[in-house]
Amino acid sequence: MNLVKLTIDNKPVVVENGTTILEAAKSIGVRIPSLCYMKMDDMNFENKPGGCRVCVVEVEGRRNLAPACKTECTEGMVVNTHTVRVINARRTVVELILSDHPAECLTCAKSGECELQDLAQNLGIREIHYTGEQSHYKGDQSPAIIREMDKCIMCRRCETACNEVQTVGVLSAVNRGFESVVAPAFEMDLDHSVCTYCGQCVAVCPTGALTERDYTWKVIEALVDPTKTVVVQTAPAVRAALGESFGMEPGSLVTAKMVSALRKLGFDYVFDTDFAADLTIMEEGTELLDRLNRHLNGDQEVKLPILTSCCPGWVKFFEHQFPEMMDVPSTAKSPQQMFGAIAKSYFAKKLDKKREDLVVVSVMPCLAKKYECTREEFSVNGDPDVNVSITTRELAQLIRNANLDFASLPDDDFDQPMGESTGASVIFGTTGGVIEAAVRTAYELHTGKILEKVDFKELRGMEGSRKATVDFDGLKLNIGIAHGLGNARKLLEEVKAGKSEFHAIEIMACPGGCIGGGGQPYHHGNVDILKKRQRAIYEEDKGKPIRKSHENPFIQELYKEFLGKPMSDLSHELLHTHYFDRKKKAEVE
Amino acid sequence: MAKVKIPENKVQELKDLCASYNNEPGELINVLHGAQGMFGYLPAEVQEIVADQMNVSVAHVYGVVTFYSFFSMLPKGKHPISICMGTACYVRGAEKVLDEFKRHLEVKVGETTPDGKFSLSCLRCVGACGLAPVVTIGERVYGRVSPEDVKGILGEY
Repeated sequence: MNLVKLTIDNKPVVVENGTTILEAAKSIGVRIPSLCYMKMDDMNFENKPGGCRVCVVEVEGRRNLAPACKTECTEGMVVNTHTVRVINARRTVVELILSDHPAECLTCAKSGECELQDLAQNLGIREIHYTGEQSHYKGDQSPAIIREMDKCIMCRRCETACNEVQTVGVLSAVNRGFESVVAPAFEMDLDHSVCTYCGQCVAVCPTGALTERDYTWKVIEALVDPTKTVVVQTAPAVRAALGESFGMEPGSLVTAKMVSALRKLGFDYVFDTDFAADLTIMEEGTELLDRLNRHLNGDQEVKLPILTSCCPGWVKFFEHQFPEMMDVPSTAKSPQQMFGAIAKSYFAKKLDKKREDLVVVSVMPCLAKKYECTREEFSVNGDPDVNVSITTRELAQLIRNANLDFASLPDDDFDQPMGESTGASVIFGTTGGVIEAAVRTAYELHTGKILEKVDFKELRGMEGSRKATVDFDGLKLNIGIAHGLGNARKLLEEVKAGKSEFHAIEIMACPGGCIGGGGQPYHHGNVDILKKRQRAIYEEDKGKPIRKSHENPFIQELYKEFLGKPMSDLSHELLHTHYFDRKKKAEVE
Repeated sequence: MAKVKIPENKVQELKDLCASYNNEPGELINVLHGAQGMFGYLPAEVQEIVADQMNVSVAHVYGVVTFYSFFSMLPKGKHPISICMGTACYVRGAEKVLDEFKRHLEVKVGETTPDGKFSLSCLRCVGACGLAPVVTIGERVYGRVSPEDVKGILGEY
């Protein structure tokens, strides 16, 4: 390993050869402001086009200022990060960016979270000396994502997320010069493109150019409608991140306060998507065992590995990119949709109400869920199983709207029956969690033995794709895990080529799983936040008295009273789905 | 954008073109160059086939097509007219020549006449500065063109 010695702001520093000035400065606590730059090692995310020039520094003996994100340290280099020349250059750069940026901060959805706004404030910019034409682009409103490209600063982070990390390939810089903009092919709207709505572009956008479609007002309308019974479900990853929106430490578990807030907001029933996650395990786990047993009995037709189907971003991804493999993923609906289907049948019946009288709201860490609940197959006579899906961020907005002091809310518990959940369902919120939950149940169903050790550490972690072998009492089950669609693609190519060694693969579209979803409080590139959320999720699992899905008493009751058994006819009707070939094909004459 | 249907044999020709560059993503510009030679322009459908063959996203192909002024998504006329706007031609009155073409053809730069006969575009230097201002129509080169010549030149077609 070659080391180089240099000085940054009079502080000596020794770094590995190839380290950039920005990274070297960070290692000794010198903060150099940046804008387009973003790097998340564990997520395979690196965006440093060197385009914005905000991170320029003065290097002695060098005529021009150097972009710290792109310039590698050399032996004996003397770097000054805050000279008058540097500060003036930064101010000029930011003023120039602002001169072509709508001054809509007061009403912008990103206000308070905007990195450009922060930068302008930190540099003390009070006046923009450059006036001229401003660029205007076509707006785009999909069911999940809003693109307001007038606010784009061409940092290209969304492109890196979409193309490098997710390999979805919707976004590219198009046109040239003043007209250049990041857009889908032919500048089509997102809902005509192969976008999966994973929302990773939104998660990394520094400004308000990419934001979620805000449905908070739809929720308020439902809450004030006296003819409606409003039921809310909250996804596992929400409780591990919501606190961040109220200044709490990342990784704070706020389940009890979240329930309290939802009740104060006026929801009639505060339920938990975790309940439906337990239900998902019953169906998906049974399907796994069914396929496995058929395979072991010599059935050549059966498709293995089975792929999880909880993630709507992932579902849309394979519908576009791997339609020839549509019979490989599990047919189980996602927990959000299972919840909606059961709420509007079983629970509506319990209340003696019609399904149309119920409004089901979901709080999700996810943007793809907004799209998922609009899919036609998840409606009955035009009435969707889930009416509105809002993000963790939108829930925080609703809580602020209602002037609730979140930190001081009393603790509260979910309602029954659809609020009861096990530790197995909580871990659905992180990569590795769904398959661990499935293993806990499938092991007992398959072997008929009690599983003493429920923690499968070998399935946990943050590496993009992982594998482990779990011993089902002599039967060795090979399990694959991928998070981030780029990692999923690699495993899928193997399956397609018939080279996959796995019996089951868990796939989540977002890096980290749902804890890193596009609807979570912004992490601004700090991967530690995701790791803390992950720890919180496993903490919640550990604290649960029941940690296997099939032991959830209300799930047992649901099957006894209503569904019969997993994969029964009624289960198939309500809890399973089918997929569509969405591959784009050029028309040929 | 009007849907274009590409004849089956042309699709094969296009795929062969991509294959001749080993479907190597780094050869995208060369492939697009060849494809524009084949079709006269690069409609969305052509870009989709190229993207599929070369294993890059359609958005990426579109990004390249829109970046380079050489590439066009509009069909060219039967006789594509290019007026050189390089320094030498410009100082010798290329702009006046261009205005005259615009006036006669009633189209803007980048457009094609409604009958599909002529399309009008500008380029930067054809390397014949001694003949400035230069106009090319198809493969033919016209030198020392003055606005008064325009009507006569168009009359040749």
